[in-house]
Amino acid sequence: MSGLILLIPIAIGMGLVALAAFLWALRTGQYEDLEGASYRILDDED
Amino acid sequence: MTCCIPGEEELAEAAAHGTEANDAALLTLSRRLSDGTRQLEFAIPDAHCAACIRSIETALEALPQVEMARVNLSKRRVRVVFDPARGAPSELAPAIGASGYHTYALDPAEDKDGDPVLRELVKALAVAGFAAGNIMLFSVSVWAGANEATRDLFHWISALIALPAIAYSGRVFFRSAWRAMRVGRTNMDVPISIGVTLATALSLFETLNSGQHAYFDASVTLLFFLLIGRTLDHLMRERARSAITNLARLAPRGATRITQEGGRDYVALDEIEPGMLLELRAGDRVPVDAVVESEGASFDYAIVSGETAPVALPAGGAVVAGANTLSGPLLVRATKPAADSFLSRMIALMEAAEGARTKQRRIADRAAAVYAPIVHTIAIGTFLGWGVFTGNWHMALLNAVAVLIITCPCALALAVPIVHVVAAGRLFERGILMKDGAALERAAEVDRVAFDKTGTLTLGHPRVTNLAQVPLEARLIAASLARVSGHPLSRALGEALPDGVPFAGVVSEFRGKGIAAERGDDVFRLGSADFVGKTDAGSSAQSEVWLSRNGLALAVFRFEDEIRPDAVTSIAELKTMGLPLRLLSGDRPEPVRHVAEAVGILDARARLLPENKLELVGEGRTMMVGDGINDAPALRAAHVSMAPASAADIGRAAADFVFTGERLSAVPFVIDTARRAARIVNQNLVIAIGYNAIAVPLAVMGHVTPLIAAIAMSSSSIIVVANAMRLRFGGGEAVLRRPDRTLREAHA
Repeated sequence: MSGLILLIPIAIGMGLVALAAFLWALRTGQYEDLEGASYRILDDED
Repeated sequence: MTCCIPGEEELAEAAAHGTEANDAALLTLSRRLSDGTRQLEFAIPDAHCAACIRSIETALEALPQVEMARVNLSKRRVRVVFDPARGAPSELAPAIGASGYHTYALDPAEDKDGDPVLRELVKALAVAGFAAGNIMLFSVSVWAGANEATRDLFHWISALIALPAIAYSGRVFFRSAWRAMRVGRTNMDVPISIGVTLATALSLFETLNSGQHAYFDASVTLLFFLLIGRTLDHLMRERARSAITNLARLAPRGATRITQEGGRDYVALDEIEPGMLLELRAGDRVPVDAVVESEGASFDYAIVSGETAPVALPAGGAVVAGANTLSGPLLVRATKPAADSFLSRMIALMEAAEGARTKQRRIADRAAAVYAPIVHTIAIGTFLGWGVFTGNWHMALLNAVAVLIITCPCALALAVPIVHVVAAGRLFERGILMKDGAALERAAEVDRVAFDKTGTLTLGHPRVTNLAQVPLEARLIAASLARVSGHPLSRALGEALPDGVPFAGVVSEFRGKGIAAERGDDVFRLGSADFVGKTDAGSSAQSEVWLSRNGLALAVFRFEDEIRPDAVTSIAELKTMGLPLRLLSGDRPEPVRHVAEAVGILDARARLLPENKLELVGEGRTMMVGDGINDAPALRAAHVSMAPASAADIGRAAADFVFTGERLSAVPFVIDTARRAARIVNQNLVIAIGYNAIAVPLAVMGHVTPLIAAIAMSSSSIIVVANAMRLRFGGGEAVLRRPDRTLREAHA
């Protein structure tokens, strides 16, 4: 039981962090141009 | 075909003609940002690589007025933030053009910032996904045999995650269900909402009382699956919409007015009043109904009435809004405000035609109308049956909710949209854009097809037909002279004779009439029969251009609107599908008969007014294929409609399907795909109902635990999705090439 009390909050916390990261990425427009992003990585001049 | 996006030519032409009016037009299109800068979006249909991004952004950022330029390759657009105080906006498009890409400004009214619906769906999906994953962890532990205290703890944690997640992600369905119920109708969202809400409420009750079964995982997973279907459906429509917006040319948002003092200023479309004197350049569209003030004006009516030959109007002649100016610059005087002009009358006709179509209900909603009452009756029956016969009302409630969960139409709600998404993907690969799934359902029911002529069965631009009969010397002279003029017939001549060298002599163009040139003692004239002094030419169904030397005719070039390359085979294919065909045109009888005979359509009508077309497509379940402004009401009134990408904005907006490229085979392809999709939708509905036939008795008898509910729901959804995927294979040629290539070719 003591293990659970520690592990469950950790598991849910990690899930929440991932969810927050996704919502942040969505809000800052990271998904606006998926195709362009894959090409910009090849552009090394700036 | 060298062009089909008129916007780029217009901008190029505008750049050549001085840019004041263009600057004003672009400023009205741009959006003001908080710090005084402005933002414009340009479409760049052929950008496709890393180098494209770089060269476009570098070219734009080199201009002094540009603060930021950012290419969006998925949408094929570039967003430019510029400071109008430091430079003119009309320099932006040429800068992109100079880096090698076609471009034209987009109207921000057609594309609002971002897509709030998609954002909401994706956020709801993310929250539901997170909740479903975490709750499933606890549910698996419970199923694996977690006992008393641990099970209660897990149920409590599940409830803690599930309640906010359902409240947040479920809104999409609750709202739509509420809207339907308020007007006394049901849709698929009603049983979904009732099922999810009751299952959650019961699970909460069980958790409070340390019960054995909680259905939190089922409710959240259900929402997650349904949101996937909903999001895919939305994405499909959004992709088609954005591609169609990219095709939109810069519609006349205003015009250059000549003021009484002789100055010029730019007036917006809805500020144009009768009596205003307006200046039009070649290539401009006539903004409002007007009378011509200049001599020698000629207009292209192809998109307005289907008339193929250019129309020459004397001073005082009336011209309708939407016609394309061929000769210019010229002056017209507005006779009607924009709200009463031809274009607006067509829009009013379209809106009137709309009513008939909305009566058609979508198949999923029709299924829901039958399904929901049956399911709810069974659930109530289970509740009463168990209660009365066992006296255990708690048990009765548990089983009734199990029935609701197991019948919650997960598969049914996915059965239809997933097929539409797959069908839309298949059509997109062929360069066909579908506006929404309902159109696909209607296309499967089509029992006759009506075609417009100009721009639909034909490509809508003239081509020389008798080149072989013209002597070589005349051909060389004509090739050199035709290069000078931008008139459509000259352009067609230039296309047919690409090896023309610049004429060694003095050349002058008479707008709307022809070209005169002198070399040594010889005077050459290329133009209309009148212009070259040929008075006995007689009337011909075809357009003609004459070439003369010193008043003596050397040659005549005949032009004809070119029929789409695969029109004949596509028409034959439609006939073998058992569909009666019809040609509806506003053009004169001879060219209409000529085209009808060439493609093999027996029933051809000429000189039709928009109202006549509207009436004729109302018969039976007609698919209308058309492109012109005059077709727009018929496109909207027909059971289902298609338009080529080269169509007028209003035609494209009215049509359910827009096809890019020159191939008319898109028409039989759409009907075939729609019919196959309808078959698969029916199969899916049968599968979903079959699943219920097995699962519901189990639930009624009280054998469905949360574990069985989870397995049954997922497996039925997967089967339905897998069946929809079959649409991708077989049935006609599967053209598996990159969709953007097809679209790009249409632009090139």
